[in-house]
Amino acid sequence: MSEEVKLLKGNEAIALAAIRYGCDGYFGYPITPQSEVLETLMEQQPWDTTGMVVLQAESEVAAINMVYAGAACGKVVFTSSSSPGVSLMQEGISYIAAAELPALIVNVQRGGPGLGTIQPSQADYFQATKGGGHGDYHLIVLAPSSVQEMVDFVGLAWDLAFKYRTPAMILADGVIGQMMEKVTLPPQRRRRTMEELIKQCPWAVTGKKGRDKNICTSLELESDKMEIINNRLQSTYRDIARHEKRYEAYNVEGADYLIVAFGSIARICRKSIDIARERGLRIGLIRPITLWPFPSEAVAQAARGTKGVLTVEINAGQMIEDVRQAINDRAMPIEHYGRLGGMVPDPEEVLDALNRLLINPTK
Amino acid sequence: MTTEIIIAGFGGQGVLSMGKILAYSGLMEDKEITWMPAYGPEQRGGTANVTVIISDDKISSPILNSYDVAIVLNQQSLDKFEPKVKPGGILIYDAYGINTPPTRTDIRLHRIEAMEATFEMGNNKAFNMVVLGAMLKVCPVVTIESVLKGLKKTLPERHHDLIPMNEAALRRGMQLID
Amino acid sequence: MELNEIIRPENKVYAKPRLMNSNHMHYCPGCSHGVVHKLVAEVLEEMGQEETAIGITPVGCAVFAYNYIDIDWIEAAHGRAPAIASAVKRLQPDKLVFTYQGDGDLAAIGTAETIHAANRGENIAIIFINNAIYGMTGGQMAPTTLLGQKTATTPYGRRVDLNGYPLSIAPILAGLDGTCYVTRQSVHTPAAVRKAKAAIRKAFENSLAGRGCSLVEVVSTCNSGWKLSPAEANRWMIENMFPKYPLGDLKNV
Repeated sequence: MSEEVKLLKGNEAIALAAIRYGCDGYFGYPITPQSEVLETLMEQQPWDTTGMVVLQAESEVAAINMVYAGAACGKVVFTSSSSPGVSLMQEGISYIAAAELPALIVNVQRGGPGLGTIQPSQADYFQATKGGGHGDYHLIVLAPSSVQEMVDFVGLAWDLAFKYRTPAMILADGVIGQMMEKVTLPPQRRRRTMEELIKQCPWAVTGKKGRDKNICTSLELESDKMEIINNRLQSTYRDIARHEKRYEAYNVEGADYLIVAFGSIARICRKSIDIARERGLRIGLIRPITLWPFPSEAVAQAARGTKGVLTVEINAGQMIEDVRQAINDRAMPIEHYGRLGGMVPDPEEVLDALNRLLINPTK
Repeated sequence: MTTEIIIAGFGGQGVLSMGKILAYSGLMEDKEITWMPAYGPEQRGGTANVTVIISDDKISSPILNSYDVAIVLNQQSLDKFEPKVKPGGILIYDAYGINTPPTRTDIRLHRIEAMEATFEMGNNKAFNMVVLGAMLKVCPVVTIESVLKGLKKTLPERHHDLIPMNEAALRRGMQLID
Repeated sequence: MELNEIIRPENKVYAKPRLMNSNHMHYCPGCSHGVVHKLVAEVLEEMGQEETAIGITPVGCAVFAYNYIDIDWIEAAHGRAPAIASAVKRLQPDKLVFTYQGDGDLAAIGTAETIHAANRGENIAIIFINNAIYGMTGGQMAPTTLLGQKTATTPYGRRVDLNGYPLSIAPILAGLDGTCYVTRQSVHTPAAVRKAKAAIRKAFENSLAGRGCSLVEVVSTCNSGWKLSPAEANRWMIENMFPKYPLGDLKNV
């Protein structure tokens, strides 16, 4: 299959992009609003074309452990779910991070807490960027804001995951998952042969042919050894933070105010900024693409010289903590605007909030 | 050039698929497109709506609070979206099931009898294509040829015999506009 | 026979399997795990599958099985071994894939994974050590603990009204269409050990041949947890465990 332009939902795009990347396996459990990932894969029957394994697991718990297994085998594997299901996966994600395995987890967020709603949300920012499961670990977290980025970030996430031997997450939401847009799918890549896999991942559990045994574990009962493992993880995270921060800047030169927003809501803010420009108001936008590592320097730089910063999130104010820390200036007004429970702000609403909270704040 | 369209009605009226057909037609013309449904259990029985944006440029927000074109197929949707049509915009509504017609004077109102026409055609599955035909007459955001090309591309081969019926429905819809 | 004669290579009648290394085992004296480990290593060696075997260790006493048998291993989260084995086997269908689990791992926290892997007919072998108690955490009740049996969390004996009934896993798995071989064995006598070995071999062969899911339950002792001597524990197992968990093949297709 060569490069192809298609009209796809974000969820469908994830599935097709994975096949074309040369993915070895998907393990998942249906949950709204991301069930089209598994549905699309089953419809495509990639086991007949590329040899990719697709399995509907009995639960999210089983699914993430299947991903852990596949990653331990050096395979290119992933799962997808939505917020409640991703909560169930946290234990497994911690194991994958601890065992230093590459894997991809896609979270098409819906509103919580609890069973919540099936409508879009960004309320899993803390869970995704601050750990989520137990222990000191991080995920590389990529936040797509278009269906094309759903495609592109599948490949980017796996590239980074294998480069650093760490799990990566695509943190999308119901808007991006359910929306259809025009996308360009990359050409089909061949899945790695077993020889190529063993060369790339000499640590993989593949049967100890011609070498000593490989053990994939996250257990180490001797504290001094466990500390060494932890230090190695932390050193990897420092490396990632040094090299992999990504963001998009829009209209930031000479802006009076700065909006910081990620994912779907960043698209909506872009429209707000265009409307504001027609009304003579200059607003800049920083859209963090990696939520972890957070592009602190870019946010701080863009905020400099503005009269205030607004984070717009579909949550009660989570990323704002990273924005405050990045700017680290008590004199700078930094406010949050968000909607909860699956409500999504529209472009005018964002401008109203900016006006109310920063331009003409009611004391 | 950007056209922001909302299509709203009951689940089962073909609201989402009408939006999809429109989106595919845009794709045939190499335009930028977003198709954003209000998804969830309201897909059956309750109200359904989809926002379709067709543009020559990169599209920013897929979620809007005002529209160039609103196509409403029941009273609830009319009540909800009439105030959200931009001044100078277009509101097309099907007469069937509308008790309180729209009253705005700063937009172009088009009352169509698509349900009626569908009954006459003897094919209730063609309803959304009749509505689409009417819309394309008022606001030719894509050509009929692109719609048919899009249908051909997205329908499985075994359903290609349905394309002439769809074309007839589109043309019938266009006749509903004076 | 003199000592010098005995140690001559040609007179050797028994040796530790090559796959068993010399790491000091953490198992208590009298524990069944050591015997079953040896059987696993022996069978893999006799089958010539050292290079294709992938084992999944549980959480529980056997968590460190990977330290003793020199094949590739994945250490699972508590109860998830059958899910992990499912994925490994599907991604590497030419491998011999087995899990090694205890009663808490398999029959309590991992019941869902066990039943669904078996029901999907995953081509894996499950070795299930049932000693009716949680050994590693210090002798608490297992789902397979017998009525009246004293443990750290049933200090006056297991009661139906408090704790429900002992869970018999093998018949449940035998009733699933995805299993091809379900058997109960023990390792308390040389004859029993020989039969258990044959059962493990059959289960491993089933995994390689892709015949479906196999379960080898080994009704075992935990003399530390049971607070008995190894010999007393064997007697207690025969008198109390075997009536509830009778030995033999439940399914062999």
